[in-house]
Amino acid sequence: MTTQLCADADEAVAGIEDGSTVLVGGFGMAGMPVDLIDALIRQGARDLTVVSNNAGNGDTGLAALLAKGRVRKVICSFPRQADSWVFDGLYRAGRIELEVVPQGNLAERMRAAGAGIGAFYCPTGVGTPLAEGKETREIDGRTYVLEYPIKGDVALIGAQRADRMGNLVYRKTARNFGPVMATAATTVIAQVRDIVETGMIDPETVVTPSIYVDRVVREVPAA
Amino acid sequence: MNPTSHFAHSERGPLDKHEIAALVARDIPRGAYVNLGIGRPTLVADHLPADSGVVLHTENGMLNMGPAAKDGEIDPDLINAGKIPVTELPGAAYFHHADSFAMMRGGHLDVCVLGAFQVSAEGDLANWHTGAPDAIPAVGGAMDLAVGAKKVFVMMTLFTKTGAPKLVPRCTYPLTGLACVDRVYTDVAVFDITPRGVSVSRTFGITHEELAEQLQVPLLFART
Repeated sequence: MTTQLCADADEAVAGIEDGSTVLVGGFGMAGMPVDLIDALIRQGARDLTVVSNNAGNGDTGLAALLAKGRVRKVICSFPRQADSWVFDGLYRAGRIELEVVPQGNLAERMRAAGAGIGAFYCPTGVGTPLAEGKETREIDGRTYVLEYPIKGDVALIGAQRADRMGNLVYRKTARNFGPVMATAATTVIAQVRDIVETGMIDPETVVTPSIYVDRVVREVPAA
Repeated sequence: MNPTSHFAHSERGPLDKHEIAALVARDIPRGAYVNLGIGRPTLVADHLPADSGVVLHTENGMLNMGPAAKDGEIDPDLINAGKIPVTELPGAAYFHHADSFAMMRGGHLDVCVLGAFQVSAEGDLANWHTGAPDAIPAVGGAMDLAVGAKKVFVMMTLFTKTGAPKLVPRCTYPLTGLACVDRVYTDVAVFDITPRGVSVSRTFGITHEELAEQLQVPLLFART
């Protein structure tokens, strides 16, 4: 399908349904698609499951979505931070579900979803509370835990640049979960700083090929 | 053997966090690929010699990370796993999270240095959760690092603020990884977790007898 270039973030997030699983890129604020999250708040979808490394920082972006009561469940590796007061308050009040996943498993479970893998055996977490109740198997003398894919209905990611076909490149550590999430959701929406003509990105440097990307919007430059 | 070490005699100690970091830095092989955990382990970077050739990995997707960014250098797109702005060194490489953890889990990382609440005599690690009922669990990359790196070094004080030992027969806090720790650097001693048991290689300001008395873990003492 041809990638849709959107006029603004509101057009980019149109149609996200209540109850969706939304993969949200970024590690802390690096790579966080803030315009798309703000648009999702305006769009109004609720009862969401959000998959992201963290559970919101400060009062903006993901934290603002949580504060509006739109999120039923968070799947993340590290919710607790110095500035995660919005999540902390909801969690302590019993108003949000939490699934804590080791960071590498979070990435690999999404990678599996994007790569058509049914499940995989992983050594991370063996013997810990996060592997309780999960199937294990000994392979070559080492114990592994069976981990299942995490698939999104929607992925919201941030990238540095797109061409008009939807090929993406990232910048420094803002890449983080973007390329993995781009493979793992039915509808992938990228917020980028710059959109260039097709052919203007060296094919050797494309990180996320256009096949994964459904909608692209240029972010609003910071004032 | 390193007979010239100024840390190696028992009159000196206990060590402060910078001295422990210096001790860890001295044991990292030249040219090693290393991940330094959030918090005290990041201090190790300050003690690596400029010509060490050590390549620092940060799990949010970078190799050959440089020092923390100074005021004029801060780039919001360039942070470490603790979300602190950092810099890049020549030869740096960026990659996504699945690749970053694949290189960890796949045994490509030589050393990781982690903090700990407790380490057991068998090398079990507890460093992510106190188990307190009101604590919000947050694991980050700790479990992945514990099972992935070829060598796992722990850096911690040997006793809690209330005097309870952190090197214990069995961890009472929720585990991060089973039998994954190779060496424990503390303010008063360095311990190697070996198949024969816990071996004390160096002490700082404590006698072997005092150490043995204060821990419930049987200790082997290397020739010093």
